Amino acid sequence: MDTAEKVRAGLGKRYAAERRFRLFGMGAIVVALCFLVFLFASIIGNGYTAFQQTFIKITVHLESEVIDPRGQRDLHKLRTADYGALVKKSLRAQFPEVSGRRDKRKLYGMVSNGAAFDLQAMVMRDPDLIGKVLDVWVAADDDIDMLMKGHIDRGRPEAERRLKDLEVGWIDRLIADQRLEMRFNSAFFTAGDSREPELAGIWGAAVGSFYTLLVTLLLSFPIGVGAAVYLEEFAPRNRWTDIIEVNINNLAAVPSIVFGLLGLAVFINFFSLPRSAPVVGGLVLTLMTLPTIIIASRAALKSVPPSIRDAALGMGASKMQMVAHHVLPLALPGMLTGTIIGMAQALGESAPLLMIGMVAFIVDIPGGPFDPATVLPVQVYLWADSPERAFVERTSAAIMVLLGFLALMNTLAVFLRKKFERRW
Amino acid sequence: MTTPMLALVLLMLIVAAFEAGRRRAFHVAGNEFRSLHSRPRYYGSYTALWCIIPALLLLVLWLSLKEWVITSLVIAELPAALRSQSPGQLDLLVNDIRNQVATGGAAADALPAVAIAVDRYRDLQWLSYTAMWVAVLSAGIVGAGLAWRRIAPQFWARNRVEGIYKGLLLVCSTIAIFTTVGIVLSVLFESIRFFNAVPVLDFLTGLEWSPQTAIRSDQVGSSGSFGAVPLFAGTLLVSFVAMMVAAPVGLMSAIYLSEYASSRVRATAKPMLEILAGIPTVVYGYFAALTVAPMLRDTGAVLGLSVSSESALAAGLVMGIMIIPFVSSLSDDVINAVPQAMRDGSYALGATQSETVRRVILPAALPGIVGGLLLAISRAIGETMIVVMAAGLSANLTANPLESVTTVTVQIVTLLVGDQEFDSPKTLAAFALGLVLFLVTLLLNVIALHVVRRYREQYE
Repeated sequence: MDTAEKVRAGLGKRYAAERRFRLFGMGAIVVALCFLVFLFASIIGNGYTAFQQTFIKITVHLESEVIDPRGQRDLHKLRTADYGALVKKSLRAQFPEVSGRRDKRKLYGMVSNGAAFDLQAMVMRDPDLIGKVLDVWVAADDDIDMLMKGHIDRGRPEAERRLKDLEVGWIDRLIADQRLEMRFNSAFFTAGDSREPELAGIWGAAVGSFYTLLVTLLLSFPIGVGAAVYLEEFAPRNRWTDIIEVNINNLAAVPSIVFGLLGLAVFINFFSLPRSAPVVGGLVLTLMTLPTIIIASRAALKSVPPSIRDAALGMGASKMQMVAHHVLPLALPGMLTGTIIGMAQALGESAPLLMIGMVAFIVDIPGGPFDPATVLPVQVYLWADSPERAFVERTSAAIMVLLGFLALMNTLAVFLRKKFERRW
Repeated sequence: MTTPMLALVLLMLIVAAFEAGRRRAFHVAGNEFRSLHSRPRYYGSYTALWCIIPALLLLVLWLSLKEWVITSLVIAELPAALRSQSPGQLDLLVNDIRNQVATGGAAADALPAVAIAVDRYRDLQWLSYTAMWVAVLSAGIVGAGLAWRRIAPQFWARNRVEGIYKGLLLVCSTIAIFTTVGIVLSVLFESIRFFNAVPVLDFLTGLEWSPQTAIRSDQVGSSGSFGAVPLFAGTLLVSFVAMMVAAPVGLMSAIYLSEYASSRVRATAKPMLEILAGIPTVVYGYFAALTVAPMLRDTGAVLGLSVSSESALAAGLVMGIMIIPFVSSLSDDVINAVPQAMRDGSYALGATQSETVRRVILPAALPGIVGGLLLAISRAIGETMIVVMAAGLSANLTANPLESVTTVTVQIVTLLVGDQEFDSPKTLAAFALGLVLFLVTLLLNVIALHVVRRYREQYE
């Protein structure tokens, strides 16, 4: 058998191996993309319902005897009045046949605790409402919400259900009266954290994230660009510079939680900065994102052709003038892109923030970088730990919001790169 | 909060200094405008820099030391009976004094000595505040004045200003060093305190991990054992599962993308893979805990296996998904760096594409790929949120991925989230674990970077 025949004999096998190998490659990509699709499907599938919330229409008589018995319209009196009693009264009027303490408790549990605050806010805004009878839509309790969204199965035996037959009966009556409706869940976007799922929102965490990122940006951009400019344009090639470079590369790969330990030991224990404050979070994230920004900025500086530098120096500019007037403006888009990517990383980071106490349960919307706050990813973590079924969809919805912000930032970075990218 | 006010005043001072310096340059030049060494604004900048730098340094120093100085002064003036308490009680007292100061004056039921201390504290605070304004502003004015006096036509203002700027840039670049030093010191310092209580060898070789220390010494199960081997084993198990997913999928997709895919497929598939890298880890953690873990448990039940609902498999699987783009983009770079001539040579000998990849490209790219995999392993070891949310807390020493294990990062988080006292081994243990984590990832990174760099040089 000559060589050609030998080769031909093995050819079929070799081609089969080739096809198999190719298929494996394609399979790997398909598998990876399937994971991606599955991840998104699971998040969106769990979360899209959180943007809707069940509301109940109650008919409240804003009795002046309860709210303002003396008729003075004193703001302090109006604030501290017992609005909860009014809500309960209207529920009793709605279901007059309910008697017995336990049943009544169940009845009062139908609407959220937030209903009293809604009434309070209404009265505070417009004290003329006192004495009138109003139809008000208030958020339903999270269990009712879950029933409406199908997460509590009506078909299961009563003992295994969180909502008993009695309550389901009331709900059906409310639906028949057109007093129960799914509406847009605006509290989710405007409220801070809460133990009651129907009152919990992401606004507090979003504001916390904003302050944290603001501190991070204000510190890491100038420092990162400064470091990159020094290393790329001024630094002499010596041991010292090498050490700095190795350091930056290593820092980029240090686990994020170690930065949290640093923040805890240095910023909180040593400098006694406030716990849970965005300013500390910002400092820690600055140290974390610096390597990213420095590396991206150096790449941007490298891509500016030497002829620009030569021309500037040739015209008599000093080295600093050459950098500030010519090189930096040309490298800035690249640096900005790197910074945005670094900020996106910082926005999604949560592990180091757990270390510095940004996991506290905080209801108030933070008013500044020194107020206790939490951030979006940590809010996701906190909600993921909560036992109530209604927090599952809220966690997923918070993730959707977080991913939305990340997508926005990355799109901006891609846009900047496309728009200002120059080939020399 | 009137420190912003001070910043505003400083800002105005800087503008004034700039203007003064600039005018002085014109003034000293007189009609011989060309005799000035630098352009007038450099003289202005020089004056302004000399105004702002001393003022800012002083301000930062003052703000960071103020609290400490006032507190020690107040403590020094306390009656001996109060001063000789244990440090912990003294801390409590100081906190109490601070709270009373913050709420506006001594509480009605305070001890007379404490009430005096509160007043003293408030006086000192006010004094420090006033002194700070005076000191910071005069530092700025004196600095600017000195600089202003030096302005002369022969004065090289531009070179001076550029020198200062260059110094500032140098400081920026050393932040990275300070960060590393800070990490090492903070972790090392607390670790040494931990190792004073628990011998190093016990920590590194002990098989029992239960960091609960007792409140009372006679409590049951109070020993608190700190043998970290189960944590190391758990970390390795989860990382191993992750690499079992990430290495083949990442590598094969890199090979496909760089060798087979058309440029159009490449242009869409690559960014899609990168999306996986951009998703926050907390999202992966949630996905692992809520979707993957129950799914594995149910599948296990069907197959007759008992899968823990916090199995290492779920955490590792999801972590592997997260690392896929990391492996794939690093391998992609390495594979693309293999010279085309080697491929052409292989094709010319009649090899098929897959034979070229397996026999020529992969061996040539192997060091780079290994380096990339090492980096991926280091990332898997340091990953926190996925394991915190999806892996367990119980320190089981097992090699069975269906059981629940705990990892180093999980324990760091559990030990440090919540109330901490910095003198209990329980809190300090977290820092010792952090030290181990830092050293191991550092070692992996150094080796990986070294291997990758060596490899790159080979083909340049």
